[in-house]
Amino acid sequence: MTTTSLSSAVPAVKVRRSTRASYIAFVLSIVVVIALAIGPFAFLTKGNQQNLVTLFIYIIMGTMWNLLSGYAGMVSIGQQAFIGVGAYGVVYAADQMGVGPIAAIPVALVIAGIIGYLVSFLAFRLSGGYFAIGTWVIAEVIKLITTQIQTLGAGSGISLTGFSEYKPALRIATVYWMGLASVVIAVAVTYALMRSRLGTGFTALRDDPTAAATLGVNVTRSKRIIWVAAAMGCGLAGALLAENTLRVQPDSVFSVQLTATMLFIVVIGGIGTIEGPILGAIVYFALEHFLVDLGAWYLVILGIVAIIMVLFLPQGLWGLISGRGRISLFPTGYRLMNSSAAPPATSAQDNGI
Amino acid sequence: MQWANAVVQGVILGGLYALLAAGLSLMFGVMRLVNLAHGALAIVAAYMGMVLVNKTGIPPFATLLIVVPVMALVGWILQRTLLNTALKRQALAPILVTFGLAVILQNLMLELFTADNQSIDVGSLAGASIQITPDIAVGVFPLMTFVVGVLVIAGLQLYLAKTTTGRAMRATSDDREAAQLMGIDHRNIYALATAIAVGLVGLAGVFLGVRTQFNPTFGDVTLIFAFEAVIIGGLGSLWGTLWGGIILGVAQVVGAQAFPSSGVLLGHIVFLLVLAFRPTGLFPKVVNG
Repeated sequence: MTTTSLSSAVPAVKVRRSTRASYIAFVLSIVVVIALAIGPFAFLTKGNQQNLVTLFIYIIMGTMWNLLSGYAGMVSIGQQAFIGVGAYGVVYAADQMGVGPIAAIPVALVIAGIIGYLVSFLAFRLSGGYFAIGTWVIAEVIKLITTQIQTLGAGSGISLTGFSEYKPALRIATVYWMGLASVVIAVAVTYALMRSRLGTGFTALRDDPTAAATLGVNVTRSKRIIWVAAAMGCGLAGALLAENTLRVQPDSVFSVQLTATMLFIVVIGGIGTIEGPILGAIVYFALEHFLVDLGAWYLVILGIVAIIMVLFLPQGLWGLISGRGRISLFPTGYRLMNSSAAPPATSAQDNGI
Repeated sequence: MQWANAVVQGVILGGLYALLAAGLSLMFGVMRLVNLAHGALAIVAAYMGMVLVNKTGIPPFATLLIVVPVMALVGWILQRTLLNTALKRQALAPILVTFGLAVILQNLMLELFTADNQSIDVGSLAGASIQITPDIAVGVFPLMTFVVGVLVIAGLQLYLAKTTTGRAMRATSDDREAAQLMGIDHRNIYALATAIAVGLVGLAGVFLGVRTQFNPTFGDVTLIFAFEAVIIGGLGSLWGTLWGGIILGVAQVVGAQAFPSSGVLLGHIVFLLVLAFRPTGLFPKVVNG
């Protein structure tokens, strides 16, 4: 694709990271976030706000799972471990450490990060499909240990009481605003990580592991940073889940179904892009509302759709919309621009694996 | 003597785990594919056995004559359609596809059979046991499962070592391109390996369904236990998988004896210890010169 510009004149090529679409997307994102932020005063009911927190949780979950699998090539079936840790962590910090429900969220995040860092030394001994099941075993172990701890309610779970002094409307709006802030931070951090040297390193690793290692990409260290970031992100999702529902039960917050949800979101939306999981989360959220009466059939259908997408549409819905990465709202790669403003020729594209 | 009994029961339970793990080990060995639907397929076989016994009244062991070939055929079709395509796609595709398949199978079974616990009725055999010492009694059916587990591992080992197709499988595993140059179509070899693996899962699933109660979500722990047996034993070693299953079984039963209700957790912890200190497994494949 780059042959014409390279053969004609070398100075005619400019390297750009942002595009016109990305400037527009940036402005639009700010408008949407501001609109959502004033929503509770204007047009969002309490029910709307609680539903939107669920959507925010899905976006965070999808973004984190995509960070692992789409960018760093690690398929984890054990991310429910950190959702559970975040959920229990927020209840423990809010009620038993007494820091209150708002400050409890960063505490839960740190706990999830520490546990993520520690278990990475076990999980990283496996790779590929066995890494996937290994993370699942670790999640089971964390769940089984949690159910042995009496102060955390053992097998029956625990309720969050830290909000008892809040009026319901204020409580729901507080959780909503924290959810909105969380989603913005989670997506922004992921975007920043992927635009950083680390992200470029992963693009290089994906395209040619040997060459990347030769050029000094420290694979294990990079993977560990991503792994801990994703653990913290999932911890954040778990913390929001606990604050939105006020009840934490081991069988639901440590359910492998949560990871299946992440997989569906990422595969449907589009793996390896920032936009994909956001779109996937919105689609998943909508499907869940419309297909709720189907019961288990809903997951059967989703499973079939996911397999078809993996095999025949690996770029997901976002890949269809963006024309295989030519339009990028949140570009993480570098583009070679012909200065005569011809269609951009891409180099390190941020799609696919 | 309580402890000796726990060890004996654990060893025998390990035979079931080895039987469950054999197919997982084979598929990984031949094509580096980890089948995350492995556990769900075992439970499909268990339900198949249960339905056959309940609807036709044929003896439980006769169901194997139907379940194993049907499952093998399912495996063959699965490989020729989904999995061979997935292996051609990016590296994550086989993991995503088999996990999707596990979700599909589990929820289909939930719709068809509800979440209630079921088991396959084998009549008086279920309670029969042999008294070895005054304190140790071994159930006849669990013992049969153990023997079948050992025979399956031995048979698979012989098959891979001695037969032409077995050698073709090992050749494909070692170097697919070179094997192709020798006229081996890897797609057929892969389909055959998956047919054997899923057929064995069928066998294991029926034994599991007789031995314990099961429900559609049971596929999850089945996959995890089989995986732990493979990793404890060491990747690529079938005898290692048998030992891995036995160690896991002993850890769970002895663990439950020491800390009731924590047997499964202690099994996981033994697995994690092996992962931490002997990541190649306790019985890694020996490379002969």
